[in-house]
Amino acid sequence: MDLSLTTRQEDNHTVVVVGGEIDVYTAPKLREQLIDLVSAGSYHLVVDMEGVEFLDSTGLGVLVGGLKRVRAHEGSLRLVCTQERILKIFRITGLTKVFPIHSSVEDALAAHE
Amino acid sequence: MPTVELRFAALDGHVRTARMIATAVSRRAGIPVGAADEIKLAVTEACARAVRVNRKHAPTSPVHVALIDAPDSFTIKVADCGRTWDEVAAGPDGGLATASALLDLEPTSDDPPWWAATDDDSDDEGGFPPGLGLALIEGLVDEVEVTRGPEGVGTVVAMTWHIGFDAALAKQV
Repeated sequence: MDLSLTTRQEDNHTVVVVGGEIDVYTAPKLREQLIDLVSAGSYHLVVDMEGVEFLDSTGLGVLVGGLKRVRAHEGSLRLVCTQERILKIFRITGLTKVFPIHSSVEDALAAHE
Repeated sequence: MPTVELRFAALDGHVRTARMIATAVSRRAGIPVGAADEIKLAVTEACARAVRVNRKHAPTSPVHVALIDAPDSFTIKVADCGRTWDEVAAGPDGGLATASALLDLEPTSDDPPWWAATDDDSDDEGGFPPGLGLALIEGLVDEVEVTRGPEGVGTVVAMTWHIGFDAALAKQV
């Protein structure tokens, strides 16, 4: 399955809804999307990963790159994920320390308050 | 002899092909869903690494994958044809470097860590430290062995899962 991306504005945040497979082949699309958002002045991002079926280290790299970009503008990048197989990858790499991970978009937006 | 063997040109798009084949073979072998997810990710990381290494050193050479379904284990070997030990990061104990070390997740000074800093002007193009794929594999797989390839060419990443097989499940596929 390919990668799907949609964005919407909510409470001064841009919510990026990602679906499908984020791998070495599709990750560049996500990277471009994050770069475009930051270039357009969106510095507070919520990446909703509930529809992600597969994530590899290239995908992690894109998320880390996105975080560095928003941090350069004092922004934030929060993740929404409750899927065990995806969470496991963040745990193994230690990136749970780096990304705030929430169980819903509402939680992610509330956490920013 | 491997259960299934695959050779593919060193292109990112084929990593997915290898993943689909590994998933199908592991399913047929009756491997439980949780372990099948690990296999999917591990084979992806190993193949993506092999594609990068071949592209640097031997762009016309294929990546070689062998899937071996034994009675109490499942092994995947992924071989590249590049420079031996390329994109293999060693840790201080001589084993593979950990993801935490490669990602600089253990701050050593009082300065804010990179993920909290706002002055990081590093030109980050999403490139991850070489070796991260293997660090992830080590976190996922029961047994990982990284060796020099046949005739001294390239590197072989061998990953083995020791699994309690569900024979009933295997028969359905």
